[in-house]
Amino acid sequence: MPLGVFIFLAALAVTSALGTVLQRNPVHCLLALVVTLLAIAVMFIGLGAVTVGFLQVIVYAGAIMVLFLFVIWLLNLQAELRTSPGYLALKALAGLLCAALVAELFTLLWHAPTAGGAQAAAPPGYGSIEKIATMLFSDYLISFEVTSVLLLAAIVGAMALARRAPAPQHASPQAAAADGPARPEGA
Amino acid sequence: MVPMSYFVGLSAVLFAIGVAGVLLRRNIIVIFMSIEIMLNAVNLAFVALGRRLGSMDGQVMVFFVMTVAAAEAAVGLAIIIAVFRNRETVNADQLNLMRW
Repeated sequence: MPLGVFIFLAALAVTSALGTVLQRNPVHCLLALVVTLLAIAVMFIGLGAVTVGFLQVIVYAGAIMVLFLFVIWLLNLQAELRTSPGYLALKALAGLLCAALVAELFTLLWHAPTAGGAQAAAPPGYGSIEKIATMLFSDYLISFEVTSVLLLAAIVGAMALARRAPAPQHASPQAAAADGPARPEGA
Repeated sequence: MVPMSYFVGLSAVLFAIGVAGVLLRRNIIVIFMSIEIMLNAVNLAFVALGRRLGSMDGQVMVFFVMTVAAAEAAVGLAIIIAVFRNRETVNADQLNLMRW
């Protein structure tokens, strides 16, 4: 990846990440986040991780972001009101802590042996879907299967959490009165 | 060629921006988005250092991180919907029922 392309993508990613954090309207935050994800996906492809880059576009910038957008519209969120000035000291402290985190990470990076230096030449087929599939179904087979169980649990959990409590049809009137209309069941 | 330390440095900056979002924002959905920024920063470090070492294990890790992020987003947004249905707010400051 040429240096100019990297600088452009890095500036795009950092600017849009700041936009995600700083904008007041949640939909604008989400659009800025999609730009960040796409910039990182292009970086993945430039680093030779072609399959992961395309997965990033499809799964992250596509599916997960649509889920976020759907929830924002479902809840009919408006732009946030300005917070009271009493929080300003806390916000300054938070900014200071984040600056300290950046300094700490860069200090670690300065001493890391693997981070510097030239990158190794990529072997043929590096980042191809064939190589990733071979690794997933050999070295990482158990993790892969556990992931499928995790996804199943997430589906069931999301259904149980987000659905409305069903109207009690066969329950007694006392049970129906005790069971509030807005209480999610199984939570 | 871009040195790998540039990628890892960008990853550090993006991670700190995500932390700032979690600390500064009060909207739960925006806090969630900041967590996604942090996950992506770590993914970038995985891929960059894997490229540096010429191994593909980092990319498989990114695959798993994406899966976990999808599961986390689904369950977390379901929790947000349930909370909004009960409390009519997504402001983290007003969700203080269990506060000490």
